[in-house]
Amino acid sequence: MNNLDLSIDELHEQLVAGKITASDLVEHSLDAVEAHESDVNAFVTVNDRQALADAAAIDEQGIDPDNPLSGIPIAYKDNIVTKGIRTTAGSRMLENFNPVYDATVVNKLNTAGMINLGKTNMDEFAMGSSTETSYFEPTKNPWDLDRVPGGSSGGSAAAVAAGEVVAALGSDTGGSIRQPAAYNGIFGIKPTYGRVSRWGLIAFGSSFDQIGVMTRRVKDSATILSAISGHDEKDSTSSKREVPDFTQFIGQDIKGMRIAVPDEFFGEGIDEGVKLQVEKGLKQLEQLGAVIDHVQLPYTKYCVPAYYVLASSEASSNLQRFDGIRYGFRAEDVKNLTDVYVKSRSEGFGPEVKRRIMLGTFALSAGYYDAYFNKAAQVRTLIKQDFEKILSDHDLIIGPTSPDTAFKLGENISDPLKLYFKDVLTISANMAGVPAASVPAGFDDQGLPVGMQMIAKRFDEGSIFKAASAFETATKYYEQQPTFKGGAR
Amino acid sequence: MNFETTIGLEVHVELKTNTKMFSPSPVTYGAASNTSTNVIDFGFPGVLPTVNREAYRLGVMVALALHANVTKSTHFDRKNYFYPDNPKAYQITQSEEPLARDGWIEIDVNGRKKKIGIEELHVEEDAGKNTHGDDGYSYVDLNRQGTPLIEIVSKPDITSPDEAYAYLEQLRRTIQFTGASDVKMEEGSMRVDTNISIRPIGSETLGVKAELKNLNSFNHVRLGLAFEEKRQAEVLMAGDQVRPETRRFDESSGETILMRVKEGSDDYRYFPEPDLPAFEIEDDWIEEIQAAIPEMPDKRRERYIDQLGIPEYDAGVLTLTKEMSDFFEETIAHDADPKLASNWLMGEVSAYLNANKLDLLDTKLTPDHLAIMIKLIQDGTISSKIAKKVFQETIKNGTDPKAWVEKKGLIQESDPAVLEPIITAILDDNEQSIIDFKNGKDRAVGFLVGQIMKQTHGQANPKVVNQILMSELNKR
Amino acid sequence: MISKDQVAHVASLARLSFSDAELNQFTKQLDQIIDMENQLSEVTTEGVKPTTHITDEINVFREDVVVDDGISRDELLQNVPETKDGLIKVPSIIDKGEVDA
Repeated sequence: MNNLDLSIDELHEQLVAGKITASDLVEHSLDAVEAHESDVNAFVTVNDRQALADAAAIDEQGIDPDNPLSGIPIAYKDNIVTKGIRTTAGSRMLENFNPVYDATVVNKLNTAGMINLGKTNMDEFAMGSSTETSYFEPTKNPWDLDRVPGGSSGGSAAAVAAGEVVAALGSDTGGSIRQPAAYNGIFGIKPTYGRVSRWGLIAFGSSFDQIGVMTRRVKDSATILSAISGHDEKDSTSSKREVPDFTQFIGQDIKGMRIAVPDEFFGEGIDEGVKLQVEKGLKQLEQLGAVIDHVQLPYTKYCVPAYYVLASSEASSNLQRFDGIRYGFRAEDVKNLTDVYVKSRSEGFGPEVKRRIMLGTFALSAGYYDAYFNKAAQVRTLIKQDFEKILSDHDLIIGPTSPDTAFKLGENISDPLKLYFKDVLTISANMAGVPAASVPAGFDDQGLPVGMQMIAKRFDEGSIFKAASAFETATKYYEQQPTFKGGAR
Repeated sequence: MNFETTIGLEVHVELKTNTKMFSPSPVTYGAASNTSTNVIDFGFPGVLPTVNREAYRLGVMVALALHANVTKSTHFDRKNYFYPDNPKAYQITQSEEPLARDGWIEIDVNGRKKKIGIEELHVEEDAGKNTHGDDGYSYVDLNRQGTPLIEIVSKPDITSPDEAYAYLEQLRRTIQFTGASDVKMEEGSMRVDTNISIRPIGSETLGVKAELKNLNSFNHVRLGLAFEEKRQAEVLMAGDQVRPETRRFDESSGETILMRVKEGSDDYRYFPEPDLPAFEIEDDWIEEIQAAIPEMPDKRRERYIDQLGIPEYDAGVLTLTKEMSDFFEETIAHDADPKLASNWLMGEVSAYLNANKLDLLDTKLTPDHLAIMIKLIQDGTISSKIAKKVFQETIKNGTDPKAWVEKKGLIQESDPAVLEPIITAILDDNEQSIIDFKNGKDRAVGFLVGQIMKQTHGQANPKVVNQILMSELNKR
Repeated sequence: MISKDQVAHVASLARLSFSDAELNQFTKQLDQIIDMENQLSEVTTEGVKPTTHITDEINVFREDVVVDDGISRDELLQNVPETKDGLIKVPSIIDKGEVDA
């Protein structure tokens, strides 16, 4: 039995009892990496030597019995900067980039005694829903190696699903934590915008990006989210609100919880297998005492167009700093400044990143700002109001996380637009800045995991943890392990 | 054909803060390359800006001093462009909702007073410095990157180069008196861009404007605009059209030289900065800042005239710069007579500064020392002739005048008991002079005073000497 | 319908260059995407305030106090492709070849 199938609480008990050491855990993780990486390719960089050294140091000083994270390995999505450990954002542009500072979340988890096992693969600059746009080869889904793990946090999701680590951090701009969590049969939460500091997260869409947690077990995410949340003076958009201990919501009764189910989340384009599992899940919640209402979110269909204008506009500006001058890729054979810019950027960025930069630059350019950027920002207001209205008298909005289950590698890469519409169910939470999670909801008839999405009011992650843990206890889907079927080997 | 001129001025002023506009690295002047920087100034992946409260406060103070309306609901915007000294490839500025709008200042050109409107003021970050080498490379120093700036944009009210000059003078003086900036062109803490167009008198629409760059002093602004006014008139008189150009002022020839013809407008793709939450500037804060604005030069001048009895011209000179005005006030706060303090500052002190090309604060003179010296003159301890010597020592070496006068024995001798024997002895030795005096030859007195001064090494109080000498002569 | 020229103009603003084949493909794809974006025009937004910030925070200021993050100039410069005497070295705007000529 793999230690990494246990929950963080269980591991912590064993660490405190001296049955295992932090070094054992890191070694188990590295063994699993060794066993699965050639199939899964979840990591861009494995931090093996440093992780072993850190574990030895923690073992030396002793596990803190009051700190459940002490000595537990974790992986970071490769757009979260780590001092002295290269951070690529999945791009050729940053292939050799060595950060000189740690992201706030890394600082906080280091302080909590977590051990950085490595940096996980992702769609280039988090732009994609399949991890296929990574410069470092696609990650594959541990449930079926011919399929994508979703994205953009596909490496983090696959690493957790494959049992390489118990937890990984991801980032979510339009669904990049929740959709891969769904595809990999794990729990993944994008907290409220402002809950977690973005200092050290390589920006994609600054008014959408949030760092979140991906784990097999709901409570593990609650424990880690409690540790990374809170105001950071380096991030002016981070919230000054007090952070509750999210583990207090684990195991709470959900009797009387009010759940809104939007008709639009079960409309055209949603797989029958997905619908079936989510409807089953809703029945389960009803049996546990939740009250279900059917509601409308009329602006849902405008989420995709509004999101792609706004996030791409912000991205086009955020990614201008990658100019070949102070860090990152610089093209060879440059004769003048224009060469440095144009060649470095044209050779350093992949096609999906260029598409978004082009769309964003266009939407902000003279003569188009009002029709695109400003219009989309107005539509965002309407979407936000939609959500606020429904959430004013409901605890959660529930629906599928993704319209489908994991698709085959290469299946959608040539049709960007088709891929954009796969984000239709996750984008709205980023548009409104509200917290949302994907909870494992069983499997479709091909044996592929289905995710159920739970969306709550701003700063009410508690309701998500409450419902997700009750559902987890009732269904125990986490007990089913990936099969690593398919693949070239 | 007769033309009328329309001039616009965009003035950038560095705000005096400890740290940058959007990062907590230090603002320095002359530090080693790239040492006053941090990860934010370098625009590293993952960094975020934070707004310097003091920079915003100083911006509001300048806006209020310029009678502008502070914008309550505002936010920052990004201005996107690529350049090596612009590390994020966007500048954080205020475009949509500037810090303040609709201000004015009053100028005086040859006794004619005129109000010049200010369109808007906004705070933003400065860029780094890009130096072009002669080796085909340029070299970037990011020390200046992020230094807080306020940009002040005039309304098209300025109609002559002289008005432009007066506007800049008055603007500099006003900002200097708020203490928000050093406003020194030569150190780059004040920078001026200007544009000018002319049109036939009576024409409704403004002419095509040319922009002027490389203006290193107010005088260059005036000369450049005057040249441009003439050049554009010649173009129009010849039946040609003025092109929208950027031109450079050439110091040696006094002419403006074409840099480039502008094709269309630059596309900076402004949009609201998502990394910085919006602002609702509170009335309480604005009132607090208003109350903290130091007394402005015009108010000070009136007070000097009305309350201290300083002549109008002198009061004007004393309030030309904040340095001078503050120095004057501190000197009289040390109990110096205001009129004497004013005379010294306008006389000896100014002459010394001009001769040595120094600013008042670059010297070792303190208001305390100046006040002590003035008191020494007033109570007769030193003569005004000796005072000039004392002054040179004090301003050069920062020596306490009283201690120096005592140490060097420069105290004026006014005691008749000391002076009488000396004078008597000299008269005894100069019988001929007494005879000459009795015969009405006034020159004899001068000779005798000279002898006395020689004997006393110039320290005898001339007034007392004169009294004793005359009474002694009349006795003989 | 977005034209190839427009796409080329946007590319120049973004400091990207495309081969002719790439430009054709990008033009086609961007055109489809922008076509999708045009759905936004169906929404009535008169008088609706745009949402450009999603945080609850307002009036967030930092005090004017220097913070030394302990990162040296050498560290800041360690990722720079070319440096000289603590400065970041960049090819000039003008072609080196032209300067030599």
